[in-house]
Amino acid sequence: MTDREIMTMPMQWLPERLRFENFSESMKRAPFLRYFMNSVFVTGINVVAQVLSVSFIAMGFARFQFKGKNFWFAAILSTMMIPYTVLMIPQFIGWQAVGAYNTYLPLTVPAFFGNAFNIFLMCQFYRGIPKDYDEAALMDGADYFRIYTTIILPMAKPVLCSVGVFAFMNSWNDFIGPLLYLDKESMKTISLGLQIFIGQYTSSWNLMMAASCVAVIPMILIFFFAQRYFIEGITFSGLKG
Amino acid sequence: MKKKKSGYLERTRTKWGYFFIAPGIIGFLVFSLGPMLYSLFLSTMEWNIITPKRFVGLENYRQLFQNELTWKSLKVTAAYTAMTVPLVIVITFGIALLLNSRVRGISIFRTIFYIPSIIPLVATAAIWMFIYNPTYGFLNGILRALGLPAQKYIYSTSSVIPCLSAMAVWCAGNTVIIYLAGLQGVSRQLYDAAEIDGAGRMQRFRHITVPMMTPIIFYNLVMTMINCLQTFTQAYIMTDGGPANSSLFFSLLIYRNAFTYQKMGYAAALSWVLFVIAGILTLILFVTSGKWVFYEDGGDNW
Repeated sequence: MTDREIMTMPMQWLPERLRFENFSESMKRAPFLRYFMNSVFVTGINVVAQVLSVSFIAMGFARFQFKGKNFWFAAILSTMMIPYTVLMIPQFIGWQAVGAYNTYLPLTVPAFFGNAFNIFLMCQFYRGIPKDYDEAALMDGADYFRIYTTIILPMAKPVLCSVGVFAFMNSWNDFIGPLLYLDKESMKTISLGLQIFIGQYTSSWNLMMAASCVAVIPMILIFFFAQRYFIEGITFSGLKG
Repeated sequence: MKKKKSGYLERTRTKWGYFFIAPGIIGFLVFSLGPMLYSLFLSTMEWNIITPKRFVGLENYRQLFQNELTWKSLKVTAAYTAMTVPLVIVITFGIALLLNSRVRGISIFRTIFYIPSIIPLVATAAIWMFIYNPTYGFLNGILRALGLPAQKYIYSTSSVIPCLSAMAVWCAGNTVIIYLAGLQGVSRQLYDAAEIDGAGRMQRFRHITVPMMTPIIFYNLVMTMINCLQTFTQAYIMTDGGPANSSLFFSLLIYRNAFTYQKMGYAAALSWVLFVIAGILTLILFVTSGKWVFYEDGGDNW
């Protein structure tokens, strides 16, 4: 559609012809390909880091009985209830103090230390794996790290996929993080780039929508291929009652 | 001899347990507890990042409670939360019930309802800005075609909050999916038994579905409320707090003070106010939940 077609009154529902130039035109006005690749990079690290850290941490909570476990579990879960706005300022100052402003560190490093919702989800799954496996493996002389890598992880594949999908979604759609930490044009992620584009071209709706599509399409693709894991993930988190 | 061995086992278990949860503990201390405490410390300082910090005691808190904007944004956030939470909780429950029916092609409908919540909020905002646009937007196009007067939507002080609220319902596909997972977990036997006893559709809904779903309703209630209290992106992109501060959400106020005016201490104090409010509201929900939330296992394992 052209912009004029969008703005005619009364409304015109169908364009006279499909205008794929909108995509290339919006690409010309802002480096969307760059934004896109940046998002792919940040999101990629996040997915890998979350899957590794969450599966590791949850192993401790779900398969061992020890003092202080419940305390730490409650502490980590309670972070789900802290509004991000509250953590935003001190985290920003902290990252700035270590010279990480305008780097991807603030957007990726936290993923290596787990995420409350995903830890909870993993735990619920691990609890369902019979302890007999551990005992049998211990008899055979394996230590717990081996049990984790050779027994538990392979069994947890479906739920690992769920964690990955959730991590993908959070990271790809994150807006405040990049807004706070990324100032350099060449480093911006797609969410942030899109917002600036919207701000500058509020009058060219056709280009705006074309640019939005670029940000949306990967999410939709992921969703179609991983639909099962979204639902399974939520079911496993024990919310099934 | 036996006792010694179990002590050894316990030590190994503790050692391995902490080995595995260590990253989680570090993450909690470095990215949550530490920042919280640091922000409490900052809230007693006057600091604009460039000049050194100056201790001012409770001065920031005194100022913020005297500032009109604080109260204004508290009201905006409260109005939005009070409107959005019931809307989301009830409407998404209805949608989940519909999506739980066994009709052909139901998975297509499930996908359609979930898609709005997986696309970036920025893109959602772009779409809704078009829907709400007073001149050539979608809604006014329909109104005009029906011969009704056009509305101003997000560009009027009186309708901006309801409009953002409606948009929040559109984005609540996550809540729908959580309900849906819950509905599928309600045991078939309960319904069958009730049917044999002669319970009608409505009775089965009231006496089986609703009670069995209360833990999930509770979870959704808490999470929706916390999300509403920290609404930021929509307001930042679509209205920038306007018109006339009528959508100045509390998070936006904190953001502006911290990153536009560089008043870090003041902003930290504001964020603690939000934290305390969120904490109190969550606590109230948890305390009252005992009265209406039904747990099959007696409530030990939430």
